[in-house]
Amino acid sequence: MLEVRRVSKTFEGKRGVKEVLKDVSLRVAEGEFVSLVGPSGSGKTTLFSVIGGLEKPTSGEVHVGGRETTGETGHVAYMPQQASLLPWRTVAGNIELSLTIAGVAKKKAREDALEWLRRIGLDAYADAYPHVLSGGMQQRVSFLRALLSPQRLMLLDEPFGALDALTRGRMQKWLLSLWEQNRRSVLLVTHSIEEALYLSDRILVLSSSPAVLVEEIVVPFERPRREELWEDARFMELRGRIYRQLEKDGGEEADHG
Amino acid sequence: MDNNANRWSRIWPPVVVLAALLGIWQAAVAFSLVEEWIVPSPAGVVQEAMKPNVWPRLMEHAGATIRLAVIGFAGGSAAGFVLAALLHLLPGVRRGVYPLLILSQSVPIVILAPLMTMLFGYGLLPKLLLVVLVCFFPVCVAMLGGLAGTDEGLRRYMRMIGSGKWTLFWKLELPGAAQSMFSGLKIAASYSVLSASIAEMLAPKLGLGGYMVLSTKGFMPERSFAAAILIIIVSLALFGLVALAEKLVIRWRPAKEEVKRDA
Repeated sequence: MLEVRRVSKTFEGKRGVKEVLKDVSLRVAEGEFVSLVGPSGSGKTTLFSVIGGLEKPTSGEVHVGGRETTGETGHVAYMPQQASLLPWRTVAGNIELSLTIAGVAKKKAREDALEWLRRIGLDAYADAYPHVLSGGMQQRVSFLRALLSPQRLMLLDEPFGALDALTRGRMQKWLLSLWEQNRRSVLLVTHSIEEALYLSDRILVLSSSPAVLVEEIVVPFERPRREELWEDARFMELRGRIYRQLEKDGGEEADHG
Repeated sequence: MDNNANRWSRIWPPVVVLAALLGIWQAAVAFSLVEEWIVPSPAGVVQEAMKPNVWPRLMEHAGATIRLAVIGFAGGSAAGFVLAALLHLLPGVRRGVYPLLILSQSVPIVILAPLMTMLFGYGLLPKLLLVVLVCFFPVCVAMLGGLAGTDEGLRRYMRMIGSGKWTLFWKLELPGAAQSMFSGLKIAASYSVLSASIAEMLAPKLGLGGYMVLSTKGFMPERSFAAAILIIIVSLALFGLVALAEKLVIRWRPAKEEVKRDA
């Protein structure tokens, strides 16, 4: 579904050339859930910009759905860290707009939005403006909007980073249950190792400045995922492995600021 | 209920202050602290305005002023809106024009009034042009600011899912600029009445501004005051209408109380 081929990205700033991504290659198969973890400032946002087509890589290619899309936008469904709902559109109106921009007919977009808002229990808010929703509810709408979009690849950019721990846990469970009913290809960026282990099929570990893929971990847990996963010995072992890998890198990061 | 009580508690203090000031004014005249032929009393002004030979003429002049202000306001605002949109979509031109527009904010445009009269005579055209110009700048500058101030997160999201330049403009930037646009429109609304009155003073044939000048020259201070008060009322009314339109259009904004709670 997604193939990133040897992508590098350098920025030329006042203080010389900064290499942000170096020779990054990755794949996300149809219906696969892949997570990217890495220290902050490891170029994950830049990688998303390149995959989403907002920025052209210095070298390398991006293929979505078997077609080269390097530097082209509109091929991904996107869920940013901030819910990014337009404040002047109702909840249903926000979902509808994103679907129509992606090419869905207006009537169908509206019907889908209302139908799914009902399924996730937010139908009472269909005609409300986003500011009356809590942070967690806004993120649910934001996820639903990405899930309903016709693009078959979803990019989730630290979607729960701004939520408190309790809400975050609930949201992970909720997202997983929804995704398991409606499998899409997902690439998730997260700071949380537990989140990555709980949600994904595969985890890619990035180092920082420049970002290089340092490790790939196939998550062995069967689906649907159980909640007691946290207590599984393999879970703890994998968590320790990723943690050590990131820590090795963290020391370096401090030097770079 | 709560909200209503709240509103009243906000309205009555300034009303009391205003009534007190009017009372002091009335008393000052009544006790001859000031001469009535220089400063008329509030009651005297109302009495004079209500006279059957004065009231119809006041209304006629008020009508002319309102017409001038409203047409100029509409034309100037529309021009400001269109130019702002154009400049926003043509960043190259914007770089050249925007600094000048900002500069124009500190130019008292009403000083152009005598020039307009000199160039275009005493008809409706020079007056209208002045009002149009005065309304044009604040709307244009506020709109440009609003269009440029689009939230970067929202822009990133909208571009990522494939919005082109036009979709970005119509669905994101323009609605996002509505708040700023109304700030500009409110300034323009008050300026329009101000500049219309000044234009009328220079060519005092029709309009409250002209009536005021003629009454002053004819030593009829009651009528001057009546005209001045009407100008103020018209100005406040136009401002109020724009504020009302803003309330009707921008319904998505969180109520003020909520904002406070968040902060």
